[in-house]
Amino acid sequence: MTQMRYVDGLRRAIELEMERDQRVIVLGEDVSVGGPFGITAGLLERFGDRRVINTPISEDSIMGLATGAALAGKRPIVEIMFVDFITLAMSQLVNHTAKLRFMSGGQLNVPMVIRVQQGAGGGWGAHHSQSLEAWFHHVPGLKVVAPSNAADALGLLRAAIRDEDPVLFIEHRGLHFRRDEVADPDAIPELGTAKIVRAGKDLTIVTYLKPVWDALAAAAELAARGISAEVIDLRSLSPLDMGTVLRSVERTSRALVVHEAVLQGGLGAEIAARIQEAAFDWLDAPVHRIGAPFAPIAASPVLEQAFVPNAWTIVAGVEQMLGLAPAAGLRAGDARHVT
Amino acid sequence: MADETDALYRDMLQRMLLIRCFEERVIELCHRKQLEGLVHVGIGQEGVAVGIAAALASGDYLYGTHRSHGHFLARGTDPGRLMAELAGKDTGLCRGRGGSMHIVDADRRLMTATGIVGGTIPLALGTALAAGENGDVVAVYFGDGASNTGSLHECLNMAALWKLPVVLVCENNGYAEFTPMSAHTVVSHVSVHGQPYGIPAQIVDGNDTLAVLEAGRAAVARARGGGGPTIVECLTYRLRGHYVGDPAAYRKAGEVAEWRDKDPVRRFTALLQQRGTLAANEVEAIEAAARARVEDAVSFMTESPWPAPRSVADYVYA
Repeated sequence: MTQMRYVDGLRRAIELEMERDQRVIVLGEDVSVGGPFGITAGLLERFGDRRVINTPISEDSIMGLATGAALAGKRPIVEIMFVDFITLAMSQLVNHTAKLRFMSGGQLNVPMVIRVQQGAGGGWGAHHSQSLEAWFHHVPGLKVVAPSNAADALGLLRAAIRDEDPVLFIEHRGLHFRRDEVADPDAIPELGTAKIVRAGKDLTIVTYLKPVWDALAAAAELAARGISAEVIDLRSLSPLDMGTVLRSVERTSRALVVHEAVLQGGLGAEIAARIQEAAFDWLDAPVHRIGAPFAPIAASPVLEQAFVPNAWTIVAGVEQMLGLAPAAGLRAGDARHVT
Repeated sequence: MADETDALYRDMLQRMLLIRCFEERVIELCHRKQLEGLVHVGIGQEGVAVGIAAALASGDYLYGTHRSHGHFLARGTDPGRLMAELAGKDTGLCRGRGGSMHIVDADRRLMTATGIVGGTIPLALGTALAAGENGDVVAVYFGDGASNTGSLHECLNMAALWKLPVVLVCENNGYAEFTPMSAHTVVSHVSVHGQPYGIPAQIVDGNDTLAVLEAGRAAVARARGGGGPTIVECLTYRLRGHYVGDPAAYRKAGEVAEWRDKDPVRRFTALLQQRGTLAANEVEAIEAAARARVEDAVSFMTESPWPAPRSVADYVYA
């Protein structure tokens, strides 16, 4: 059993795949010196500057450049430093990367990975903290992956690099330095599969990225009150593994979707819609969602804390769903995130 | 040597005529509602398409614009499969998925056209980054309209920084959609944009097919030899509107007539007759041959099946 940090899992995935396949190249700002989070550290020294390419600040063209390299047989991993900056690259990503296979009637392949990190913490403000996965879930032609732990950071990134389709690989910067047990460091899970990370029988909590850990903490707290919550880590946001979710809801009869992204128009809405369409007869209550308020994230630490859902938000949300009185000691206003 | 050149030039004229006939037939089919879609024809710009295509080796790559029928035909794309693609038939190059603005002929390394102005320039740079290892060159088209996109400037920087083997072909036809260059660009020529990045440029009469060929060859050789990017700015004119159906009332009186006098197809035909490459009685025959090829293409298109409606979501993922 190995212990590994999330960032180490990411780095190891890139190293292993670059070693295995000469076509894999890395592009992005500051990648040759490891980037802001050290993930690409050492790659330039090991693989050379033909395979580790430090780019100017030109996100729009970098996205197109990586796509063009993929069209000519490379398997690029392009890094966009903050998901907030992917906005600069949207035309190339949505109009070319995601659509060239389709528009060409299958003549063209775009086997590339776009790595981004997202999420709040530290009061970095509205341009360095957004959660934008819902936008990309909505783009046919892209796959979207979001690991919550080091083992999945490693395994799913390897799977994404080997995938023939363009994959948006979303990391969370709040998870970078968490250490996890990695049972099988050589495992490469199939993209598009969710994982039950805590079994339970009273309700199903569906979530991904950092909120997985908040949900597990909430589940432990709820267990002390006799509520058994099942927690599903989606891992793949497009395609969604609704099979795992629906089978769980059939057992528990209640569902709660949690994400850090703004509640309105978030992935929770899609998942809730699909649950009620397919499992209406199994539900004992409407599907609930937790997400951030409909506002940009403020820089002030007090406002950031009020904005980002946490374990207590989830506990309060579950209590509300089950019609229970809130437990003593809960901060006021924690339940405002809940539908 | 002279025989080789004669054969090449005859072939080039045949391609120019094919493009002209094809595009004129496309306009007619659109007016008769036998073709639908948003279509942009390149009548008047055949000299650029054929001159550049002849400068490339078969292993080189080419990226287009939204107006790329001629770029593709110049490089040997089958006119029937192109016509079928424009019509949205299942036998089209892209099985009806791409249409006029998004054609791809990957076997010929005609990588893609695009509906996004200037959108293929970064794609071309990426392909050059990958393919440069094999000694292949990448040519990419863009217009004077695209020359003001931020992405173009990002790409000029990176192409020069990394000495990428690209040929940046600007089809300067004086208009960005409905707006003349004088109203949208502060510099006199698109080539000026290369100067801050140290990218050499050649400005040529885009309607002089051999001048385009010569400039294209020089740029390709430079790229292949490790000398990096070149801008080849071809001054030309589109004799029709921006899209089929555009009345183009924004053009000055007499402008179209002025450019008709510089028609690249007529000029190249006359040049070849002057050189003795083409006899006077051959002209009619090769024009008829081009028309016949286009008619075959129209028949193929008409007789081809539509894609099955249930295949609407095919080809999205591998």
